[in-house]
Amino acid sequence: MYQAIVFLPLIGCLIAGLFGRVIGPRPSELVTTLLLFASMVLSWIALAQVGFGHHDERIVLMNWMTSGNLKVDWALRIDTLTTVMLVVVTTVSALVHLYSIGYMHEDPHRPRFFAYLSLFTFAMLALVTADNLAQLFFGWEGVGLASYLLIGFWYHKPEANAAAIKAFVVNRVGDFGFAIGIFAIFMMTGSIDFDIIFAQAPALVGKTINFFGWQADALTLICLFLFMGAMGKSAQFLLHTWLPDAMEGPTPVSALIHAATMVTAGVFMVARLSPLFELAPTAQTVVIFFGATTALFAATIGLVQNDIKRIVAYSTCSQLGYMFVAMGVGAYSVGMYHLFTHAFFKALLFLGSGSVIHAMHHEQDIRHMGGLKSKIPFTYWMMVIGTLALTGFPFTAGYFSKDAIIEAAYAGKNPMAIYGFVCTVAAALLTSFYSWRLIFKTFHGKPHDHHHYDGAHESPYVMLVPLGALAAGSILAGWPFYEYFAGHHVADFFRASLTFAQGNTILDDMHHVPKAVVFTPTVMMALGFLLAYQFYIRRPDIPVSLAQQHSVLYRFLLNKWYFDELYDFIFVRPAKWLGYTLWKRGDGWLIDGFGPDGVSARVLDVTRNVVRLQTGYLYHYAFSMLIGAALLITWFMFAGAH
Amino acid sequence: MIPALFFYLFAGICIASALMVIASRNPVHSVLYLILAFVNAAGLFLLLGAEFLAMILVVVYVGAVAVLFLFVVMMLDVDFAELREGFLQYLPVGALVGVIFLAEILLVVGAATIGGGGPRVVVAPIPTDVSNTEAIGLVLYTKYLYFFQAAGVILLVAMIGAIVLTLRHRTGVKRQNIAEQVARTPETAIEVRKVKSGQGLEV
Amino acid sequence: MTASAQIPDLLPVLPEIVLIVGALALLMVGAYGGERSSPLVNVASIMLLAAAAAIVTWLPSGKLVTFGGSFVLDDFARFLKVLALGGSAAAILMSLDYFRREKILKFEYPVLILLATAGMGMLVSAGDLIALYLGLELMSLSLYVIAAFNRDSAKSTEAGLKYFVLGALSSGMLLYGCSLIYGYTGTIAFPGIAQAAAQGGLGVTFGLVFLLAGLCFKVSAVPFHMWTPDVYEGAPTPVTAFFASAPKVAAMAIFMRVAISAFPTILVQWQQILVFVAIASMALGSFAAIGQRNIKRLMAYSSIGHMGFALVGLAAGTQAGVQGVLVYISIYLLMTLGTFACILSMKRPGGMVEDISDLAGLSRTSPTMAFLLAMLLFSLAGIPPLAGFFAKFYVFIAAINAGLYALAVIGVLTSVVGAYYYLMIVKIMYFDEPQRSFDPMPREQVVVLAVAGLFNLLFFAYPAPLLDAATAAAKSLF
Repeated sequence: MYQAIVFLPLIGCLIAGLFGRVIGPRPSELVTTLLLFASMVLSWIALAQVGFGHHDERIVLMNWMTSGNLKVDWALRIDTLTTVMLVVVTTVSALVHLYSIGYMHEDPHRPRFFAYLSLFTFAMLALVTADNLAQLFFGWEGVGLASYLLIGFWYHKPEANAAAIKAFVVNRVGDFGFAIGIFAIFMMTGSIDFDIIFAQAPALVGKTINFFGWQADALTLICLFLFMGAMGKSAQFLLHTWLPDAMEGPTPVSALIHAATMVTAGVFMVARLSPLFELAPTAQTVVIFFGATTALFAATIGLVQNDIKRIVAYSTCSQLGYMFVAMGVGAYSVGMYHLFTHAFFKALLFLGSGSVIHAMHHEQDIRHMGGLKSKIPFTYWMMVIGTLALTGFPFTAGYFSKDAIIEAAYAGKNPMAIYGFVCTVAAALLTSFYSWRLIFKTFHGKPHDHHHYDGAHESPYVMLVPLGALAAGSILAGWPFYEYFAGHHVADFFRASLTFAQGNTILDDMHHVPKAVVFTPTVMMALGFLLAYQFYIRRPDIPVSLAQQHSVLYRFLLNKWYFDELYDFIFVRPAKWLGYTLWKRGDGWLIDGFGPDGVSARVLDVTRNVVRLQTGYLYHYAFSMLIGAALLITWFMFAGAH
Repeated sequence: MIPALFFYLFAGICIASALMVIASRNPVHSVLYLILAFVNAAGLFLLLGAEFLAMILVVVYVGAVAVLFLFVVMMLDVDFAELREGFLQYLPVGALVGVIFLAEILLVVGAATIGGGGPRVVVAPIPTDVSNTEAIGLVLYTKYLYFFQAAGVILLVAMIGAIVLTLRHRTGVKRQNIAEQVARTPETAIEVRKVKSGQGLEV
Repeated sequence: MTASAQIPDLLPVLPEIVLIVGALALLMVGAYGGERSSPLVNVASIMLLAAAAAIVTWLPSGKLVTFGGSFVLDDFARFLKVLALGGSAAAILMSLDYFRREKILKFEYPVLILLATAGMGMLVSAGDLIALYLGLELMSLSLYVIAAFNRDSAKSTEAGLKYFVLGALSSGMLLYGCSLIYGYTGTIAFPGIAQAAAQGGLGVTFGLVFLLAGLCFKVSAVPFHMWTPDVYEGAPTPVTAFFASAPKVAAMAIFMRVAISAFPTILVQWQQILVFVAIASMALGSFAAIGQRNIKRLMAYSSIGHMGFALVGLAAGTQAGVQGVLVYISIYLLMTLGTFACILSMKRPGGMVEDISDLAGLSRTSPTMAFLLAMLLFSLAGIPPLAGFFAKFYVFIAAINAGLYALAVIGVLTSVVGAYYYLMIVKIMYFDEPQRSFDPMPREQVVVLAVAGLFNLLFFAYPAPLLDAATAAAKSLF
């Protein structure tokens, strides 16, 4: 069954990818979507079996490679952590497949699109079922590849290509760290198998690695490098720049990859490697710092963006920061909880945005929208549900998971935890503000672009059904699971798949925080809503005058803290200059002149002489054999054979 | 003493005649020298006590192969002078290589003989109770069955090769068909026509 | 004496028996059925080869020895027999279309290949010098004949004759070496030779030089390679494809068996020979190929170079080295067959073409074939992540672990030079102006090309089966 979950999407991908042109777009869509739904059903069964039935499994499929001490198997590691991810990935993916049938219906390359989607899903499933770091890395790079292909799906758009390349390159930075982390683990433990690593982890405490002459604590160093990989994949502060640009891809892609699944791979990785992170408090501090900073930082940018998808993208960035805060304070299950709920409402928001964009004929700027509430009421209500969940309206899914994180951050013993608490609370306010800003500017007020407004229409059912399903998830994914992820059944539910070090009582402590802390996020949420209401419904002139008064701050935020420009200045331009210089001077003049051109001329001389030996006369051939033998014999007479 | 004398006699003639095989101008002479070399080799076998092999060598090689070879050489009009062109040109190099080989072999064998670690010829005990021929017969189909069969297959390949490369089914070759000849009757063989004078006949 | 006349254990020889008896039967079918039966004989031959391969894998595992040690069936022999049988089957498969077009579709061709393959099997399993020689001759004699198979073509005849004369010379050297070895060790069995050679002596070394010279001729290693380009060019193309594949496997196999099981005690001696031969082969193969215009000639130099690379692994003289050679030769076999499948498809309505320039613009006239051929060429050049890279990787690693640093470095350098001419072909296919397109590829070639191409592309993803088999095979030799 578990094999089927993982490999059904691959089969779909192969069918649509290889035979898409033969069987046509519609069968391709149906095949991939149906296989994905099958996979989804099996995943839920798996969650029931593993999570609630306590039936962990490890399925060895085959030996992948053996090289020296390194032995890598293809194995599926099925425990609660995996099945939670399986459910998230297959559910969102299946709904996105379904949604795409409607969203992409005009595109001539649909078989390719669906093949990519299924390929992505397969890679993601390989990632979450990984039993060792090599397999994890395979999935990791696989989703990166699929993401590249999907962002650049409309390859005739230059921005899409640029965004795809950017995503790939920025991720490479993170992957570099990830790979070094894997190497370091292999160096210290001699294995990349999770079971073996985890068994050896306690013994590594206090050991050091000589890192460029610096005796670094082994576990801290390993965890930091691994976290670097997670930062790239999960678009954390400093490596976040690719995520907003990735919105150039088709919207279903954004929903699947850049909201619900791939970007959470970093979070999943930290959770999976919790036995290591638990033993490296310094690394945990760093995790909290980056998580909290991202949560706040992305939220500030989200305040002023005008592209509907980019707002949601920054929101994703911010929410991922929340998850890392939870990971950092040691509340892994809580982080997973937010991952789980976030997948639903963020996918809902993205697909809702897609529906809006679809209705507005690919208009993405919220300044050109407005008053769409009456035109597309279903989408509107869905978006409202998503926003409620995101902002943490009581008893929606986000309310439980997000508040749990903030409580955990307050209760955390790590010195950085309080910073996490402050940032997450502030981010909660900002989240509420920009989310409602999006709703108000898009659906309320007066239409700004009558041409598009008049043509706006509700999406077909094939797109609305996934919205409905996700909306249900956004509400229902919360309280039924609270006890399992953040309450009293955590140990029972996750069992060995998450490790809490001795003395890590965070799950207990977070239930004993002051009442004020419990209510803070809700207050923040309400405050944000009221602010947004004041700004965008009652007095739409305030934001304009504010922006004028604080134009420096406004532009600073609008330009995303100038990160792109900064990176361009620090990395891109020097790299281009270096490349250009090396090309013209180093390669063209120095190396070509003395190297290939010179050498190749000599090579051709040698060739000419060698070929001349091949005369075609039997005599010569026979002589060359005899002379060869004579030479060898003579060699042994005088030099060899002692 | 006597065996040594005969050994050098046979060996000397063998080498000399082998030289003449490649040196003589007339190809027929070459073949005759080849036969001489075979005969001397048979003599060497005799000295070793392998009279069966000696006889086989004479019967098969001298009697059949070499004679067949002789026929072929005589029937073919091969211009050996042309083939031999360049012989002198390559002689110095060839001779040099040959001399080097010879010198080295002599050195090795000589050194080994003097040094005591000479060739370790396993003196396969010559059975006294069975004859030479019988001894071969006893092992050829039992102990050496594999070699015997493999050699047979090699000869089969040689035969297939010769047929594949040379046999041509020519069209238009007239072959005798006795049944057809016997079945001929005047009716099928003769046609009677009237010939008008001065007009000839269409055939 | 009479008690010894019991029937020896024939089970280990079963594949060879099947091949030879099958060949005899097919010979009868052909002789009585005439030319009409050729297609049937061809198909039956392929099935016989498949059956033999099945038997090889089916036979009880472990080391089986029969005929008093003359015939050894161990994992090493099994591995290489399967390779050789597969190579031969592919060679027959690819020849069908060619011979049909050239109107020389004869039943003798598959029969001769069957016999040659039986010879390879005997060679791979040889346990003493006579078995070695008989196997080698059975294989070679068949090869001489099929080199001249197109007897109406002067080139083909010349190729056959050259091959035959030089082959006879090399056999003479080999036999001379065998007699020296026998003289100085007193035995023809490999284990016995290994014991006796331990005491050293120039005589055995001399014998070894001659023996290895004869074997070098068969794997076409420099300086015993001179026949290769002429024969490859002159012989009919399917025959060339065959020459470049299965016989090379068998010759390399006996090379390894002789070196490892008969002369492990004087490793230092043959290592020197192999280092020299390997360097010379790699260098010549790389340099001489650059000047070629004819693609078959180019493949000849390519195969000389590849044999040099394979010998690098053997020169290491370790188990890892032998494993590297086994991996190398397996990958080489598939690459070569795939490439020849493409070469055999280079035909226009006027007939076959063989010039490299005829491939110009292939990427536009038949993109799939151009892509697969380009990948095969990249792989032959040893560019990761294609299979050919791993082949080179394992032999070089083995050489480095054995301390042969210079050899490994020279190997890498020559492979860089060698990459040039492979890339040149790719360049011609992709960037030159298209010529007229080729005729559609026959189905048999498509099968071979697809198998080779997919293996080549996907080897890196799942190398374990081949590596495991090669490890087991190498282990059985030590």
